[in-house]
Amino acid sequence: MDTLALEATQPKKAQNGALVLLPGPPIPAKRKPAKKTKKAVVFFEVEILDAKTKDKLCFLDKYCNCFLVFHVFVSDPQWYPARQSIRLDPKGKSLKDEDVLQHLPVGTTATFYFRDLGAQISWVTVFLTEYAGPLLIYLMFYFRVPFIYVPKYDFTTSKHWVVHLACMCHSFHYVKRLLETLFVHRFSHGTMPLRNIFKNCTYYWGFAAWMAYYINHPLYTPPTYGEQQIRLALTVFLFCQIGNFSIHIALRNLRPPGSKTRKIPYPTKNPFTWIFLLVSCPNYTYELGSWLGFTLMTQCLPVAAFTLVGFIQMTVWAKGKHRSYLKEFRDYPTLRSPILPFIL
Amino acid sequence: MSAPAMGTSKTAHTDSSHKKKKGPGTLAIAYLVIYNVVMTAGWLVIAVGLVRAYLARGSYHGLYYSIEKPLKFFQTGALLEILHCAVGIVPSSVVLTGFQVMSRVFLTWAVTHSVREVQSEDSVLLFVVAWTVTEIIRYSFYTFSLLNHLPYLIKWASFLNIHRYTFFIVLYPMGVAGELLTIYAALPYVQKTGLYSITLPNKYNFSFDYHSFLILVMVSYIPLFPQLYFHMMRQRKKVLGHMEEYSKVE
Repeated sequence: MDTLALEATQPKKAQNGALVLLPGPPIPAKRKPAKKTKKAVVFFEVEILDAKTKDKLCFLDKYCNCFLVFHVFVSDPQWYPARQSIRLDPKGKSLKDEDVLQHLPVGTTATFYFRDLGAQISWVTVFLTEYAGPLLIYLMFYFRVPFIYVPKYDFTTSKHWVVHLACMCHSFHYVKRLLETLFVHRFSHGTMPLRNIFKNCTYYWGFAAWMAYYINHPLYTPPTYGEQQIRLALTVFLFCQIGNFSIHIALRNLRPPGSKTRKIPYPTKNPFTWIFLLVSCPNYTYELGSWLGFTLMTQCLPVAAFTLVGFIQMTVWAKGKHRSYLKEFRDYPTLRSPILPFIL
Repeated sequence: MSAPAMGTSKTAHTDSSHKKKKGPGTLAIAYLVIYNVVMTAGWLVIAVGLVRAYLARGSYHGLYYSIEKPLKFFQTGALLEILHCAVGIVPSSVVLTGFQVMSRVFLTWAVTHSVREVQSEDSVLLFVVAWTVTEIIRYSFYTFSLLNHLPYLIKWASFLNIHRYTFFIVLYPMGVAGELLTIYAALPYVQKTGLYSITLPNKYNFSFDYHSFLILVMVSYIPLFPQLYFHMMRQRKKVLGHMEEYSKVE
């Protein structure tokens, strides 16, 4: 990768070190050119302004069009590329790494705006942290470590077999999520704002503690309809776990490794993916189903509350995803609903 | 990207309504004027009721009983303001307004009404007086703001606005003190009777301890009160700054 470091003519911001431009990776060559043609090289004048203060951060004349959009590279490692948003309009959307300068709607003088996205953290880190918490926290309540319940119950186990089953299901669910984060998911974005990890962890860890407290409580009451109810609940839970996993695999296979392409997902040979005929985000549908199963299994109000809140959030995400599918693909199947077939 | 900014309680400061891009229609304004007039009148009734009861009894004690019904009616009526924000005829944040109104309604019903023993406490008078003065100024200001196309009323609106933002300096801590002391007074009775509490074991594997909840509510004042107070202080500086400019132009 060519690292052409160009000194900025007028670094206005009082940063440590000079502002330099680091072009992105070169466009992958699709095929070898048959013969060498003489290409007219167009030079651009590029200036980068701060989106808020409109200070000129960087100015380049004679910027060659064969490079992609760049990141403003500052000597201070605090300003890493992931937290830089370069855009054509101060209030517009951020340009992507893959965007090419000559394909952007700019004349020969291009003005870009720089916005600091704030401290960033990788999606993988956030996911691993927010999922490891519930796994460990629930187990702490299951094993009744001291200072949670009345001391005479310390390190005892529940006499109800559904409590053991619930622990297995809950733990399985989060182990599955951790493994999927490490080996299955292909993320569109590398990073998210740092404050998200605090928000997300509070949500997941808080709810996990709240649920686990009641399910593993010495005074826990098993479901009203006993074994029948638990059996049905377990079936629903397992069905939806397999379904959810199938969808994740199907979505992964849409995207070649290292790429960030987006395609319409379609049903595959796996019957669990046939739900794509009716729903845009069946991973959320199956997730809802899993938690409904778990609610039924434990007959615990905090679990129902967690299911409800999760459902609301996933519906918001599903609607957003559905809308962006419709915007991006003209031929998007009209039968599909965002999360619940025909309903929502 | 950045989180959406929390709307602050904006009221119509603009002199001409055609400066607004997408403001409420005439019907909405008429309704809001009626609403604010009614609320002003209601809180005036409470104020008068307090004064009359004090003069009749000659003491501060037990004045709550003389204004119990109008207080409940008009404070609960403020729930409509959440609707106003949700529908969009008032440019405030639903969440912020909801939070403020719910905390008032909570104190009125879930503490003062529910725990009879605190109704004779002096702390109740403290927050009732604070609320009454605040609400009379606030609702009358909104009324004049909505009618702001009448130029001479702008002076009244400004007058009220200045007082609103100045009185709160005392009224706000006074109200908070009254509220906290009332909740604190309610604690022993709640614990004794197990009011609004659910214990284990039960079919839905859930428990709720109202006593602990009330303590949590009291603790939550610690981060919240300074934020709201300093927000009002900042608003005050802004408003008084505008007033200066306005009077200079005159």
